[in-house]
Amino acid sequence: MSETFTKAMARNIFYGGAVFFFLLFLGLTFDTMQTLPKRDHRENITDSVVRGKHIWETRDCIGCHTLLGEGAYFAPELGNVYTRRGGPFIKAWIAAQPTGAPGRRQMPQFNLTDQELDDMVAFLKWTSEVNTNKWPPNIEG
Amino acid sequence: MQFQSQAVAKPYFIAAIGLFVGQILFGLIMGYQYVVGDFLFPAIPFNVARMVHTNLLIVWLLFGFMGAAYYMIPEETETELFSPKLALLMFWIFLVAGALTIVGYLMVPYATLASMTGNDILPTMGREFLEQPLITKVGIVIVALAFLFNISMTVLKGRKTSISLVMLLGLWGLAVFFLFSFYNPSNLVLDKYFWWWTVHLWVEGVWELILGAMLAFVLIKVTGVDREVIEKWLYIIIAMTLITGIIGTGHHYFWIGTPEYWQWFGSVFSALEPIPFFMMTVFAFNMVNRRRREHPNKAATLWALGTGVMAFLGAGVWGFLHTLAPVNFFTHGTQVTAAHGHMAFYGAYVMVNLAMISYAMPMLRGRTANSGPAQTMEMWSFWLMTVSIVFITLFLTAAGILQVWLQRMGSTPLGFMAAQDQIMIFYWLREITGFVFLLGLVLYIWSFFCKKGEAQTAA
Ligand code: HEM
Ligand code: HEM
Ligand SMILES: [Fe+2]
Repeated sequence: MSETFTKAMARNIFYGGAVFFFLLFLGLTFDTMQTLPKRDHRENITDSVVRGKHIWETRDCIGCHTLLGEGAYFAPELGNVYTRRGGPFIKAWIAAQPTGAPGRRQMPQFNLTDQELDDMVAFLKWTSEVNTNKWPPNIEG
Repeated sequence: MQFQSQAVAKPYFIAAIGLFVGQILFGLIMGYQYVVGDFLFPAIPFNVARMVHTNLLIVWLLFGFMGAAYYMIPEETETELFSPKLALLMFWIFLVAGALTIVGYLMVPYATLASMTGNDILPTMGREFLEQPLITKVGIVIVALAFLFNISMTVLKGRKTSISLVMLLGLWGLAVFFLFSFYNPSNLVLDKYFWWWTVHLWVEGVWELILGAMLAFVLIKVTGVDREVIEKWLYIIIAMTLITGIIGTGHHYFWIGTPEYWQWFGSVFSALEPIPFFMMTVFAFNMVNRRRREHPNKAATLWALGTGVMAFLGAGVWGFLHTLAPVNFFTHGTQVTAAHGHMAFYGAYVMVNLAMISYAMPMLRGRTANSGPAQTMEMWSFWLMTVSIVFITLFLTAAGILQVWLQRMGSTPLGFMAAQDQIMIFYWLREITGFVFLLGLVLYIWSFFCKKGEAQTAA
């Protein structure tokens, strides 16, 4: 790099750039927070949805599945599973695990109560209604 | 070794490598579960193996960063560490807390672990990479604060070089952004939004400062190039990192409920994120070409050059591949993501740690460089691990492209599991290559015990 471009100039670009773009990021975040209620439909987050998310987390579902495309890639996307399969199927599926089919990927048995299964479905239903800019590309997730 | 207190870096490096081995073993378990689905079920379900794999990765990289700081900072600031005792105490606390956490994952059902460790008071668990129990997270914060206090006090009383300031900034940033792991609102969209403030702003933000500082330190040592030149490069690289990488967070805000404009901000800024990685490559090669001394540690130089190249390939090229919103629409959450994750983490953060260890460990053992045969063995391990990660990445990329094609395109898309069956061959190839990686790692460790040849002492 040329001699006229000094270390002090490089340092100032670093500090100036970091501060400027972090403030811009905060500004965009502020704007996002204003628009989110219309997109995430938080008015529909019932107690059941809240409990469902807690069950989702304490069973580490994200360790095998993706949810809105984030998580692990070992098992199907669940952000739209409510649309793909519907509530009764989801409950029956979770209750029936593991399949025990030899050589096939297995999902654990979590021993959820009927109430807990309903909460799980409520959470997945709410998630499927988030405005995701039309992701995933099709129903298979 | 110029200062006595640098010696505390040694246990950190040893623990880092030990945990690295554990990480790879669990990677191999998962890789096998990908092809033989019921392997080790229900003893170790996939999600448990996964949290062990990724958490060991993060923890050993943190051990590496801390060891690096304890080694670099006294030499940079030209003063003894503020408190070597505190550094050793924190080492043991971190190691025991980490080990207990892993044992907890493996021995106790996750839901039980959660209720045992206070997750009902403040739920933070069950989110990717942040699976640690609340008490472990609090422990990490305590260890990080004690560590930062120790390092900051050292810098305050000594010479303030740019390298030490950048390292310090990166480490403080690491701690600050980890605090977002305690924020877990019941609104999933908000949860995801701020989850990325830890995850993205780590690997594509503050960790790159640590990466840059570590690379600059090793390059000064092995090339003898003027500090002014190296530090100017360092500032420009990290300036580009933050200018592109902060708004680049937007590449994770395409499909999680956040507004559409993030598709523009995220695509444009993250498309520029390869620039600092490219500069790192140019930087490393440039400095080695302009070297003013022939340092006997050839292996360390190789790791430093490798870091530049592989970080650019993994983060820069493989990141760019899927970062534009119209592409990411199809590749989001597929094996393409996993491919990128592997090469980026390896190329940037694994390799820079191994470069530092390669340079510092001989010094910590009272020599300038290891013997010729030991270095040859280490270079073999470099090539085995690096080439296998390249192939793992290629196989996963092929799997990912086919997955997208079969499952997300066309008029009769396959379901997830049916598509997985079609691409099984690539998972087999990945697993086989994983064993080559393990071989490289074993050779790496072996090179520390190689008795052949004379180690080089005074430079
Ligand atoms: C060499 C043997 C390895 C094997 C067989 C292996 C296998 C795997 C598997 C199967 C997954 C889970 C993918 C999924 O969620 O479906 C995974 C995740 C991951 N591994 Fe490895 N791994 C290996 C080495 C490594 C290394 C060396 C690194 C770091 C440099 C690494 C970093 C990661 C990361 C960051 C993830 C999470 C990826 C993501 O969320 O996209 N792995 N690994
Ligand atoms: C050393 C630096 C980097 C590391 C360690 C890294 C690692 C990762 C990991 C582990 C993930 C998966 C996260 C998850 O599990 O959800 C990921 C996702 C992603 N990374 Fe990186 N990355 C780095 C740099 C970059 C850069 C420079 C770019 C862009 C040029 C990029 C683009 C992306 C994108 C677009 C995704 C989301 C993939 C998806 O939609 O599924 N990354 N990265
Ligand atoms: Fe990112």
